[in-house]
Amino acid sequence: MKITLNVWRQKGASDVGRLATYEVPDVSPDSSFLEMLDVLNQRLIEKGEEPIAFDHDCREGICGMCGFMINGVAHGPEAATTVCQLHMRKFKDGDALTLEPWRSRAFPVLKDLVVNRSAFDRIVQAGGFISVATGNAPDGNAIPIPKRTADLAMDAAACIGCGACVASCPNGAAMLFVSAFVSKLNLLPQGQSEKKERVRRMVEQMEKEGFGSCTNYEECEAVCPKEIGTHFIARLNRDFLGSAITGPGQTSSASGGAG
Amino acid sequence: MELNARIPSGPIQSKWDKHRFEMKLVNPANKRRYNIIVVGSGLAGASAAASLAELGYNVQCFCYQDSPRRAHSIAAQGGINAAKNYQNDGDSVWRLFYDTVKGGDFRAREANVYRLAQVSVNIIDQCVAQGVPFAREYGGLLANRSFGGAQVSRTFYARGQTGQQLLLGAYQALERQIALGKVTMFPRTEMLDVVVVNGQARGIVVRDMVSGRISSVAADAVVLGTGGYGNVFYLSTNAKGCNVTAAWRAHKRGALFANPCYTQIHPTCIPVAGEHQSKLTLMSESLRNDGRVWVPKRAGDTRRPDQIPEDERDYYLERKYPSFGNLVPRDVASRNAKQVCDEGRGVGRGGLGVYLDFADAIKRLGKNAVAERYGNLFQMYERITGEDGYTVPMRIYPAIHYAMGGIWVDYNLMTTVPGLYCIGEANFSDHGANRLGASALMQGLGDGYFVLPYTIGDYLATAKLEKIGTDHAEFARSEAEANTLTRKLLAVKGKRTVDSFHRELGKLLWDKCGMARNEAGLKEALARIPTLRDEYWKNVTVPGSGEELNQELEKAGRVADFLEFGELLVTDALHRTESCGGHFREESQTPEGEAARKDDEFSYAAAWEWKGAGTAPALNKEPLTFEHVKPAQRSYK
Repeated sequence: MKITLNVWRQKGASDVGRLATYEVPDVSPDSSFLEMLDVLNQRLIEKGEEPIAFDHDCREGICGMCGFMINGVAHGPEAATTVCQLHMRKFKDGDALTLEPWRSRAFPVLKDLVVNRSAFDRIVQAGGFISVATGNAPDGNAIPIPKRTADLAMDAAACIGCGACVASCPNGAAMLFVSAFVSKLNLLPQGQSEKKERVRRMVEQMEKEGFGSCTNYEECEAVCPKEIGTHFIARLNRDFLGSAITGPGQTSSASGGAG
Repeated sequence: MELNARIPSGPIQSKWDKHRFEMKLVNPANKRRYNIIVVGSGLAGASAAASLAELGYNVQCFCYQDSPRRAHSIAAQGGINAAKNYQNDGDSVWRLFYDTVKGGDFRAREANVYRLAQVSVNIIDQCVAQGVPFAREYGGLLANRSFGGAQVSRTFYARGQTGQQLLLGAYQALERQIALGKVTMFPRTEMLDVVVVNGQARGIVVRDMVSGRISSVAADAVVLGTGGYGNVFYLSTNAKGCNVTAAWRAHKRGALFANPCYTQIHPTCIPVAGEHQSKLTLMSESLRNDGRVWVPKRAGDTRRPDQIPEDERDYYLERKYPSFGNLVPRDVASRNAKQVCDEGRGVGRGGLGVYLDFADAIKRLGKNAVAERYGNLFQMYERITGEDGYTVPMRIYPAIHYAMGGIWVDYNLMTTVPGLYCIGEANFSDHGANRLGASALMQGLGDGYFVLPYTIGDYLATAKLEKIGTDHAEFARSEAEANTLTRKLLAVKGKRTVDSFHRELGKLLWDKCGMARNEAGLKEALARIPTLRDEYWKNVTVPGSGEELNQELEKAGRVADFLEFGELLVTDALHRTESCGGHFREESQTPEGEAARKDDEFSYAAAWEWKGAGTAPALNKEPLTFEHVKPAQRSYK
């Protein structure tokens, strides 16, 4: 099949970008989207041109490294799929596709389709953990956790931190990511003692990073490759409100640990 | 070189306890004076970095991905073993130890494996405390399953995403220490060299992958948790970025490389679809718990699977191994798949595939129950192949998955370079010639949480460490070498892409040093690799410059190392004329066609020493003695 690509090319973080057009005349329908880009890149290199830079690693849809917009949709048209797992058989011969990096103030472009998502790591640093140093743990079965609670926590924990939620949100909000991270810990008994502090700190950091606010577009849920639901955002709001009303929890997470 | 494994004396059950007592401690107030470098942020690296920081050391952690959460441990699906015996089905530390030594085909070090089985129980506790959402029963207690040939249910899991959840646990612990200022994290940074001063590892040279700047970092000890070398085969289940560079460059600075020929080939991967293939995708072998493996009885049978009647199918694993059936260990399952395909009975395009059929399981349990257990895997299969595994049998074929070989380490996980440690898949220590399912996560976390944090303290407390900074001449020299290498790669300006060389090397190794190996093929590979390497340095083309984000340049450095390492892998495979675990030499088979070990000749770890470019590596042997698990022919009949 023949595919035409309009790809965002930007040499470096401080350079001006532009769309460039490439034809790929002989795409195998069995190849993945990234494999199609591999083929194009090999040809560009052989012609002495710069290949298109894009992030990727596991190519199994789990590491969260890959992701860009295809015709304005994060990770492309197939639901519940990262771009590395998207296969060309989902497209038609003759399709023209525009590829752009995640667009968000908090995710500056580094080159072509590669962006800097370290804002997510800093949000986790603010409170996305349970303060338990190695060696402190009681027996794994000491606290029974109802299966439904554990399953719900796992639904939230399935987030791969790819950033599609931010890229798809008209406000550039990171609420789906933050709510999933907060919820997976706040749902579990182990996460209770730092619950209020956690949500407060993570939300504060989210705002500092320049992410927008949630106004319930729910685009994030539509594009999420792991189908994380916006009901976690409701949960986050509830936890956040709770922490605001009753004040911080009894323990301070990042500053009070044994180190 | 005299290899000293430093195995503590005394009964195996108390070696680790005794050793922990005998090791010197670093005074709590002094810990903050020590700097430790951890390269890699997978299960081993992240757990080590976090645990060392919790103890009070200053840690600098490096990874090539944009965040430590993305290391390839994240892709492990099936689970993690631990001798908890929660199921009351006869498990124990001793049984996990026994199974692991036997599963490793008697080529692992007993003392290490026993310790691994001991700490396995602590790992589960730690992960639960961190909030890892393991699967649970309705009563709220942890669920277990039997996995990869084990006859007890000792595998803990989190849906099909166990690696992801365990890594996020370690990542959270790491991020907490970053917030506390005890760990400095360097993402998008690749290690290019280990700096050795006065015989001790004192730092590394790194390249910032965004700016391209090459610089040095000094420390009191260096830990490599840089994963396996499976990508030397080009097509593997590893992430695209996985590489041997850190390990190989450490090897060239004096760290011996052990058993590189022990490569694990995973039986349940999705077959190659075409020339464009960039990697192979594994599906958890838990699928073999309910799926039945078969091929047509007749060679060249091209009928659709639903048109092949029951009595014309060969459920070859059930036929040959009645007591283990479809659950035989990975090496046995893989080799048998190759055998039936070699006989012309393979299925799918190119005849390189066998069926994994869930029809019986769906009949027995219902589609919903099967979907509950394996839904995400069926979904993954559908995405990649466009086929529905519920109605058409899946097609699977073995693929390179894991490296049992790696940097040689002693009982303390220290390499032959004092102060240089190696943990997780990157070292050679615990899996012998074959790794059992759900044991990689166990080893990575065991090393990082519960072994290294003790043993490194003993080194720091007893080694004489001069004050050394990056202004030392050795740093300048290593940095200059790294810069030269980068410039050389950019200056070739030839005609072929990095990938084309990598594919050629990978295909050569897969054909000659893959699931089955023989002398003639290995010698041919040994002759061809240096030629390919010479061509690489004359004809590779790397666009762009060194002073920018340049993914081709990153790959070029890694492939240059694969082209050297591949030769060592084949050298090791050629010298080991026995079959064992993942290493099957066609010349060494039992009359039934099973792997035949030669314990009298090869009961040792082969630790290779770099002797310079163009010089044959020197073989050092660490004899392996088995006091507790008596070597026997592995039988899964």
